[in-house]
Amino acid sequence: MALLEIRNLTRRFGDFTAIDNISISIESGEFFTLLGPSGCGKTTLLRMIAGFDLPDAGQILLDGKDMANIPPEKRPIHTVFQSYALFPHMTVSENIAFPLKMAGSAPDQINSRVKEALDDVRLSNLGARFPQELSGGQRQRVAFARGLINRPRLLLLDEPLGALDAKLREEMQIELINLQKERGVTFVFITHAQNEALALSHRIAVMNQGKVEQLDAPSRIYSFPKNRFVADFIGKISIMNAQVLEASPSHLRLSVAGLGEVTAPSKDGVKPRDTGVLAIRPEQVRITHHTEEVELKNNFTGKVQGFLYVGDVTTYIVELPNGARIEALLPNSAPGSAQFFETGDSVTVSWRQDAGTFLND
Amino acid sequence: MIRNGAKENRVTKWLVSGPPLVFLLVFFVTPSLIMLFTSLRFPGEFGGLAPIISPTEAAQGEHGLTLETYQLFFSDILYAEVFLKSFIVASTSTLICLIMAYPLALLIARSEKRFRNLMVLLVVLPFASNFLIRIYAWMIILGPESVFSHFINGVLSAFGVAPVTLLFSPFAVIVGMVYVYLPFMVLPLYTNLEKHDPALLDAAQDLGANAWQRFWHVTWPLSLPGVFSGSVLVFIPVLGMFAVPDILGGTGDILIGNLIKDQFLGTRDWPFGSTLSIMLTLAVLAITALSTWLARPASITKG
Ligand SMILES: Nc1ncnc2c1ncn2[C@@H]1O[C@H](COP(=O)(O)OP(=O)(O)OP(=O)(O)O)[C@@H](O)[C@H]1O
Ligand SMILES: [Mg+2]
Repeated sequence: MALLEIRNLTRRFGDFTAIDNISISIESGEFFTLLGPSGCGKTTLLRMIAGFDLPDAGQILLDGKDMANIPPEKRPIHTVFQSYALFPHMTVSENIAFPLKMAGSAPDQINSRVKEALDDVRLSNLGARFPQELSGGQRQRVAFARGLINRPRLLLLDEPLGALDAKLREEMQIELINLQKERGVTFVFITHAQNEALALSHRIAVMNQGKVEQLDAPSRIYSFPKNRFVADFIGKISIMNAQVLEASPSHLRLSVAGLGEVTAPSKDGVKPRDTGVLAIRPEQVRITHHTEEVELKNNFTGKVQGFLYVGDVTTYIVELPNGARIEALLPNSAPGSAQFFETGDSVTVSWRQDAGTFLND
Repeated sequence: MIRNGAKENRVTKWLVSGPPLVFLLVFFVTPSLIMLFTSLRFPGEFGGLAPIISPTEAAQGEHGLTLETYQLFFSDILYAEVFLKSFIVASTSTLICLIMAYPLALLIARSEKRFRNLMVLLVVLPFASNFLIRIYAWMIILGPESVFSHFINGVLSAFGVAPVTLLFSPFAVIVGMVYVYLPFMVLPLYTNLEKHDPALLDAAQDLGANAWQRFWHVTWPLSLPGVFSGSVLVFIPVLGMFAVPDILGGTGDILIGNLIKDQFLGTRDWPFGSTLSIMLTLAVLAITALSTWLARPASITKG
């Protein structure tokens, strides 16, 4: 049985539907991420799981038990808020002890558990400080420790890393993965940063306008986005209008307007004459001088329109004869040679036949 | 930037804090010194003060400086009793104000933003009418023929208790005090409560705190600075108030304020009136210092 089961959940604010008939089931021990643009309903969904908001329709089951009539304080679910919401009048230790105190644990047990928790988040010598005397990353760790100390069945995290700078964010991501692994607590994590979602999660639900667009493992979401929205939202992707010529179980033959034929991986439910787009990731596209011999069948010549050097890699933007633009990523692995092509160069772009995805309109 | 502006900052600081400082110097320190001096002199024959240096050798009456008034203050237990009674009345009024104001302030702070200002306005609305008129109104409300009195005595007699006189009693004095000073408690409490981050209550609830625990462990400790300033704003004026006991109190309900007023306007013993005032000021300062010291940990919560 799934740990958390969300069944046909709907939440409306006036005539605006914030959560639109969502069903998700989350397994015990999972690091589950809700990913979506601002305003897509992530927080609304989380608040309903925590019990702060009630659905207009649908059910939330925890361990098979309907949560509808159980107030937040009685749910074995804790939340790490984006603002951390640490109690400013309590020390770090008192903050972490709070859930135990509310649960009526014995004082000596509280003390030893808090000490353990402080060690776990590497704050052993800061127990007597007040939250406002800590750095952002330290506050973050206090919030994690406080959320986890009572061993909740489920920990909800609402963009907990949103307020941190890039470097600290990366550190905390690793810490978060370790913390989750050690405790074996199920995480439901919210973010609108796709790289964070890809890095942390076992599974991701990509949300848009109150609906789940795709629910899958990170690598599948990245490689095989189900539709235009997911393709656009996760990572960089180049898109070309295409029509299906032939759909076989092994591959798809597509006609790309103004270019010619392309072979793409097969996909369920795609029929000949379907129209849509061919979407392909920059790192799947090879770029070579137009004079070079190319062994890949999917290849077209074009002109370099511009490039973006970011240190480790350079992204080249190539315009094809039909006017479509395709991006190609080239690692700058040879020292000093950061740039292999100039704007205006004639180049060939090519990709394997098992790369790219056809997306129906 | 900060270092360059340090000198400029100091000038600004003086410019900003200068006027209030001068104000306090002229209207608080100077009068206090005058009072201290007055308390050491002899009363004049027909009120006022006796001269310090006798104009003629043969002149009658005392002159010069004396500690007589202080001797008087400490020799008669009556004065200590009045002080004690005033402190009891002030503490009781403050406590009742707090108990009444807290839920109200909480209600305002937690209601929708667009209603809050209106509600605050309603709290201070009584200030729009004259203070004495409002106190005299209570004289009528608490009077023996009032509906209120009849109602209270009706209830009492139903339980077999002899009827009581509400007016001219300590009860009436405290009702008056609470009525007058309630807004002074509501406003600082509201200002404090309104600033609380609602996410903290959500967090507390999320972590297992029920409604009472949320209040006791989050709202109340965070509101202590407001409780403290409200209490000071009620306690100190009540301590020196003379109009309310004058109008609503009985003959036995004299407070320090009445005593002081009597010395100046009735007995015309200015030196003793000054001594009483000084004792009151000292007592207030001592209490303020003590409670500031006691409220130390709470001050952290403001950060
Ligand atoms: N109490 C409310 N009343 C009316 N509308 C609301 C309320 N709460 C949320 N909404 C609306 O519901 C939609 C979803 O809001 P929600 O806070 O869940 O978005 P989100 O995905 O968490 O976005 P973000 O990433 O910006 O936090 C938004 O359009 C928001 O305006
Ligand atoms: Mg949100």
